[in-house]
Amino acid sequence: MDIHHMATNVLLRDPSIDWTNLDNHRKAGGFEAVKKAFSMDADEIINETKRSNLRGRGGAGFPTGVKWGFVPKQSEKPKYLAVNADEGEPGTFKDRYWLRKDPYPLIEGCIICAYALGINTTYIYIRGEFLEEIRIVEKCIEQCRRAGLLGKNILGSGFDMECWVHPGAGAYICGEETAMLSSLEGKAGQPKLKPPFPAVEGLFRCPTVVNNVETLVCIPLIIQNGGKWFADLGTDRNGGPKVFGVSGHVKRPGLYEFPLGVNLKDVIYKHCGGILNDRKLKAVIPGGSSCPVLTPDEIDIPADFDSFKVVGSMLGTAGVIVIAEPTPLIEVLLRIARFYAHESCGQCTPCREGTGWMVRILENIRKGLATKKEIGLLMDAATKIEGNTICALGDAAAWPVKSFLQKFPDEFSRYLVDAA
Amino acid sequence: MGIQFTPEIEAQFKSLLPRYPNKLAALIPTLYLAQEQFGYLRPEVMEYVAQRLDLPASQVLNTATFYTMLHKKPVGRYHIEVCTNVSCYLRGCDDVLEALQKKLSIECGETTADGLFTLDEVQCLAACGTAPVMCVNRIYRENLTPDEAVKIVDGLNKSTKP
Ligand SMILES: Cc1cc2nc3c(=O)[nH]c(=O)nc-3n(C[C@H](O)[C@H](O)[C@H](O)COP(=O)(O)O)c2cc1C
Ligand code: SF4
Ligand code: FES
Repeated sequence: MDIHHMATNVLLRDPSIDWTNLDNHRKAGGFEAVKKAFSMDADEIINETKRSNLRGRGGAGFPTGVKWGFVPKQSEKPKYLAVNADEGEPGTFKDRYWLRKDPYPLIEGCIICAYALGINTTYIYIRGEFLEEIRIVEKCIEQCRRAGLLGKNILGSGFDMECWVHPGAGAYICGEETAMLSSLEGKAGQPKLKPPFPAVEGLFRCPTVVNNVETLVCIPLIIQNGGKWFADLGTDRNGGPKVFGVSGHVKRPGLYEFPLGVNLKDVIYKHCGGILNDRKLKAVIPGGSSCPVLTPDEIDIPADFDSFKVVGSMLGTAGVIVIAEPTPLIEVLLRIARFYAHESCGQCTPCREGTGWMVRILENIRKGLATKKEIGLLMDAATKIEGNTICALGDAAAWPVKSFLQKFPDEFSRYLVDAA
Repeated sequence: MGIQFTPEIEAQFKSLLPRYPNKLAALIPTLYLAQEQFGYLRPEVMEYVAQRLDLPASQVLNTATFYTMLHKKPVGRYHIEVCTNVSCYLRGCDDVLEALQKKLSIECGETTADGLFTLDEVQCLAACGTAPVMCVNRIYRENLTPDEAVKIVDGLNKSTKP
């Protein structure tokens, strides 16, 4: 894991210290935020989170404080917190950092969220491939239990919370929140139509908050330093620092912490050292494989949720995939298309059939067997999936196809039988 | 003798149950335990898990078949999984895969005749910044070159399970 420290330095901590050691964490002020939260009332915590302009780091960027506000205050049923650590969107490798190197801030975030919302049980859903990470997080949870930081009467506050790790088993779709909850219940991970939203009816049909690892890692910082402090680190409506994972053709791939609003071009050319072997930049997928691709002319923009929308893309998980010449983009798109076809759960016809169609057409194009008509079919398949499915995997499969075809038509037409 | 958890696995199984409000929720972790002991989830193993959790066998089958990491077929002693998704592609995973196929004389999805190695292509392992990446028995090996990947396979002790 290559970790690079940049302008802000609060999410990715000094790599020379073993942060999986509870003493080290406490010496650096660990669990002070939890103590502070216990002295606040629930509404204050939620309001501070709203004030921070923290937006969900799992990809969709929904304001966290607002989401928390949807959870009913009074509930006859128990309420749950389910942490999404199923990280699997190609190009995304940030949550692994906290699971592996620094799990205590996540645990603190869980305690504070649970305290504010009246939750007594948290499940951390970690993708099954993360075997080592599962063991590390379990060990840290056990350390917390022994130190009176989890379990009954945490830090003498009278508040109880148990926390368990639940392993995934190799299905990307379980990152979608309703699928994740079905998987936690022991079933196949198939997404459900919303509403009902998990905040009202989620795990075991009880009110449930689903948050990404990085989202919860931000919570102790917000409580400790105030929502305004966090908001001021980012841009308008895009609070805080954010961890970016840069992969592909840059000289220094890895994890970087930047304030939201950092210039995307600077990320690639200044911080990541520019393009591998000084090749020419060809394309950038800015936020994980589902996000529409950008041309080199489009990357001189602030990296935050709203600015990426303006250029027709998304910040997503901030997994920046950099592609240099002479990479054939049809190969790149094929990998992406195969991924979504492979991971479709098969419930919705447009997604199940359409993702397969897109792969077959792309394969035909690459083999030199297709005509112009097939490019039209490909576009048509993508358009028919978009917006017509239960979950956003369908859209995630359609967007790359549409954007690659629109922005790089020559990369596809040159293989056609009837190429002009 | 019939199928039964070893005392160690049994203890782990028992520790799972209090975590959840019902037994179904303990199914996936229990299937992992069963897989650890029995190698893969053959029908009798799934029957046994169903019985231990008071679940219909159909429910166990339904869940087990949904997830790729729950093995319904035997896998080799060393399970090698190479990521071939986009970031790994950009960093040369195809050459790594080809070198391993040549070294082991098998294609993806196959197991060597001696039952030692299974080679699989997998989707993004969430280690894209250190691509190309593979897992050997779920341990990550990152920043690979084709030569290194072959060396890792050469170095696996063929007589003991790690
Ligand atoms: C197909 C699909 C896969 C997803 N995978 C993940 C994932 O691996 N991790 C994650 O945190 N969110 C993932 N999400 C988003 C979640 O559904 C959900 O929005 C998120 O966990 C909410 O947390 P946040 O508000 O803190 O971001 C995925 C969504 C979809 C549609
Ligand atoms: S969009 Fe695809 S993955 Fe999502 S529910 Fe429908 S078939 Fe399943
Ligand atoms: S693309 Fe290979 S680890 Fe993500």
